[in-house]
Amino acid sequence: MFMSSDIAKPGTTPERHIVQPTDAQHPTVLSTEGLHVFYGDKEAIYEGDLKFARNQITALIGASGSGKSTFLRSLNRMNDRIATVKGRIMYRGVDINQPDIDVYEMRRRIGMVFQRPNPFAKSIYDNIAFALRLRGVTAKNKLDEIVETSLRQAALWDQVKDELDKSALALSGGQAQRLCIARAIAVKPDVLLLDEPASALDPVSTSQLEDTLLKLKQHYTIIIVTHNMQQAARISEYTAFFNQGRVLEYDTTSQIFTNPQVQVTSDYVSGNFG
Amino acid sequence: MNSKVQNKIAIGVLYGIAGVVVLILLALVGYILVSGLPKVSWHFLTTPAKAFLKGGGIGVQLFNSFYLLILAMLISFPIALGAAIYLYEYAKDNWVTSVVRTAIEILSSLPSVVVGLFGFLFFVVKLRLGFSILSGAFALTFFNLPLLTRSIEDSLHTIDDKQREGGLALGLSRWETVTRVILPAAVPSILTGVILSAGRVFGEAAALIYTAGQSAPALNFMDWNPFNISSPLNPMRPAETLAVHIWKINSEGIMPDAKAISSGSSAVLVIAILLFNLAARYLGKRLYKRLTSA
Ligand SMILES: Nc1ncnc2c1ncn2[C@@H]1O[C@H](COP(=O)(O)OP(=O)(O)O)[C@@H](O)[C@H]1O
Ligand SMILES: [Mg+2]
Repeated sequence: MFMSSDIAKPGTTPERHIVQPTDAQHPTVLSTEGLHVFYGDKEAIYEGDLKFARNQITALIGASGSGKSTFLRSLNRMNDRIATVKGRIMYRGVDINQPDIDVYEMRRRIGMVFQRPNPFAKSIYDNIAFALRLRGVTAKNKLDEIVETSLRQAALWDQVKDELDKSALALSGGQAQRLCIARAIAVKPDVLLLDEPASALDPVSTSQLEDTLLKLKQHYTIIIVTHNMQQAARISEYTAFFNQGRVLEYDTTSQIFTNPQVQVTSDYVSGNFG
Repeated sequence: MNSKVQNKIAIGVLYGIAGVVVLILLALVGYILVSGLPKVSWHFLTTPAKAFLKGGGIGVQLFNSFYLLILAMLISFPIALGAAIYLYEYAKDNWVTSVVRTAIEILSSLPSVVVGLFGFLFFVVKLRLGFSILSGAFALTFFNLPLLTRSIEDSLHTIDDKQREGGLALGLSRWETVTRVILPAAVPSILTGVILSAGRVFGEAAALIYTAGQSAPALNFMDWNPFNISSPLNPMRPAETLAVHIWKINSEGIMPDAKAISSGSSAVLVIAILLFNLAARYLGKRLYKRLTSA
């Protein structure tokens, strides 16, 4: 798919280069159309129209302040009370950026994991189970089962299975972050948004987390913000490069890292700035 | 003079000031305890006061103090909790909230004797509640509400916004997030605030003199029907509290052992308030530990 700005004069690089995923095996689950995000009068996202392929990992990279978090948080309307989000956010054919959408139900489909692990001041078990109880899942064996599968999927089960009653606040950073992932997937989402989930973790926990994400992609569509370019290269199929509120380049991860078309992208991924 | 020396002098002065404050406190508490404790006995704590004779106790006043405290807390805690949740978790920064905040600010700086006189005019006279536990409890509510609201707001403030986002991101509504995530996490800190404010309420006299009254009619501790006039639970009876009792003995006490009773009562009051403070610390810490560890 080509846009006018993609066509560059010979000898120059284009200003933007957007190639939306077209893999028929991984159809679009979520996409943004005409997205603009404002904090008060200040526009934080100007051009950020992306399509996200199902059961794939898409990485959002870019310098700090380029609008990655703003973009990500708009996708499940976590910015509702903070920013004004204009444009359409299409999730399986429905524009979820409309006032009459049930945001609570939508957020159960589009879950989110944050930069700093934020386990609740509850037991490990209750961190996962309590949102389910609120939704009417009360049978003990059913809860036990979901808690176990979620923890297994998040690769935390073996470490905590004997201390599910322990407070989640006593977990290490890496464990706490995986608990947050388990908590997010326990409500059976479709899309998982992660905002620099490994930035507070040590290298070992980070690599465990990456393995976990690679496994999770069989079941979920994953969109991850990361400032770590090796991480983006290791785990994602697609990468979007953000710069000053605009997506300057979007393509397969291998293209972005080995053959970037836009000069700014090329500078960024080769470490010449940011 | 170089900055190192300046720094040392400043630290020295600050330590000095802190030391003086602690010394004053110790001297005061020490004096009250030394002069009052000899008087304190089981008999003193459990027998009713006597108006003209030696050997009266403070049993009824002590009971009244606790009963009023509990009633005042039962009334003010839910209101304060609701107000704090509204102000901190829901309200946007607009003129309504700023009016509410200013009102709380002013209410919390009213001298308690003004609260007492207001309570007298409004509850005792206008609403015809008379000098009663109920009037006193309402007056204490006015006295307590702003402080308690502020303290609960502070407790909510200690809970990281990431916790709120965590709740919302799971598809919880704001209300579910507040009641299921934020409040449980804030319980230790809220409880500490409640107990500390209980200590303040317990020692309050000026707001009660003209509302709960200055007399302590004899109570029949076998009668727990709140509608009987001699029942301890009757909220319509006048009820002199311990703090009011101390004030009254010192201004017009005519029993021969007035001085000793006043000292003893003061010691009991101070000990009770110290216990409130220690309990607040202890319980707060323990609950926090239970939340954060095994
Ligand atoms: N809550 C907010 N209020 C106002 N401006 C904000 C807020 N959050 C982010 N911004 C601004 O929006 C821009 C994009 O920020 P952000 O999305 O956090 O970038 P990134 O995640 O790429 O570091 C920045 O200029 C930042 O200052
Ligand atoms: Mg960010």
